[in-house]
Amino acid sequence: MDVFLDTFLNAEVLAQYAPSILQGALVTVLLSLLIVVFGVAFGAALACLRSYRLPGVGAVIVIFADVFRALPPLVLILLIFFGLPNIGVVLSAPVVLFLVLSLVLGAFAEEIVWAGITATPKGQWEAARSTGLSFTQALIWVVLPQAMRMVIPPLTNRAIAITKMTALGMVIGVPDILGQASTAQSFSANASPLTLAAIAYVVLFLPFVIASRWLEARFARPVR
Amino acid sequence: MDAIIQQFFNLEVMGKALPLVIQGLLMTVLICSVVIPLGFLGGLLAALGSVSRRPALRWFCIVFVDLFRALPPLVLLIFIYAGLPFAGLRLSPFAAVVLGFFLNNSAYFAEILRAGLLSVPKGQSEAARSTGMTGLQTLVWVTLPQAVRNVLPDLLSNGVEIVKLTSIASVVSLGEMLHAAGLVRSLTYNASPLVLAAGIYLALLWPAIRLIARFERRIAS
Repeated sequence: MDVFLDTFLNAEVLAQYAPSILQGALVTVLLSLLIVVFGVAFGAALACLRSYRLPGVGAVIVIFADVFRALPPLVLILLIFFGLPNIGVVLSAPVVLFLVLSLVLGAFAEEIVWAGITATPKGQWEAARSTGLSFTQALIWVVLPQAMRMVIPPLTNRAIAITKMTALGMVIGVPDILGQASTAQSFSANASPLTLAAIAYVVLFLPFVIASRWLEARFARPVR
Repeated sequence: MDAIIQQFFNLEVMGKALPLVIQGLLMTVLICSVVIPLGFLGGLLAALGSVSRRPALRWFCIVFVDLFRALPPLVLLIFIYAGLPFAGLRLSPFAAVVLGFFLNNSAYFAEILRAGLLSVPKGQSEAARSTGMTGLQTLVWVTLPQAVRNVLPDLLSNGVEIVKLTSIASVVSLGEMLHAAGLVRSLTYNASPLVLAAGIYLALLWPAIRLIARFERRIAS
């Protein structure tokens, strides 16, 4: 038991590296917030754009969403981080991580919000238009709010899944929780920083996982 | 424009990378064929536990599921691969990937299967039991087939997520497809091998994503 504690929860090592892991937590939280805000906004904007059914636009959006849902995010991260400098575009590691995960979340959010828009009863559109609202007004004030409400549970689940992927930033040297912890682990030759990192992730994400369970139960009422 | 073609779509470099990338693809397929069935089984057990009438078992399964849904899979994998050796447990990259994916995938499959099991009306299992079937027979022949059918799109899209997730095995230097492509990239200083790998992932997963969309539409209508 002592050996176990010494290896995985060594007080000395923990005290030494807790500040840098805390700093990493700040990076993880900031990146996650930015990714959720931009990803969801981008996805919702694409879904709205798609609802105008302009020729060609829908196809482009669907192809974008399919490609970014089919490719592993780590492939995109490596491709952009190592590929772009060869053609003269140098982006820092956190920027690459933010870009890739926002686009990936945007792709998923577009599909989810679009499903919500198409599931909104036709009568809502017709009623809104008959009161004199333009198509855009009807979309923004009547259809989108109902669509977003309907898709909160899948959107929350997806947002959690994508923000957890900020840990992938370690591979390109983003100083997030995992990045700081694996540096600390190699310096201290002790597994405690990794334990601390795992605890930090659970503390950060568990409330959202539990909240998503609650949301699912709450919104599970049959839609009529 | 020429620079982009030279750096990202260089056929010569892709040609050189191809044998290694194909070898990596085989490893990716091998990982998937081990971790998807294992994760499904683990998820089924956890799902059954989480709808059990025994509170202790139910809570244990719910905590297990939520814990591993909150923990990023890469953190879990690195903990297993780089952390456990300090306690004297040194796993091969493949074993570490299988263990990490088993824990992670079980949690996700459990959540999906739980929703599936709850979607089957109680009358189904009551009717099955009243015909003299045992509890296990009822599960295998009556409840589970309906549960799986009801959540089929979610199960399939979780499968797609797992195939994508195998790319993180490259971090513990298991020679799957991304690892192979990354290796050739670092030797040639050219991103084309990564584009090649991306193309193969697309060719494999795009049809799956379309298929899932079609299932979802059919269930919605």
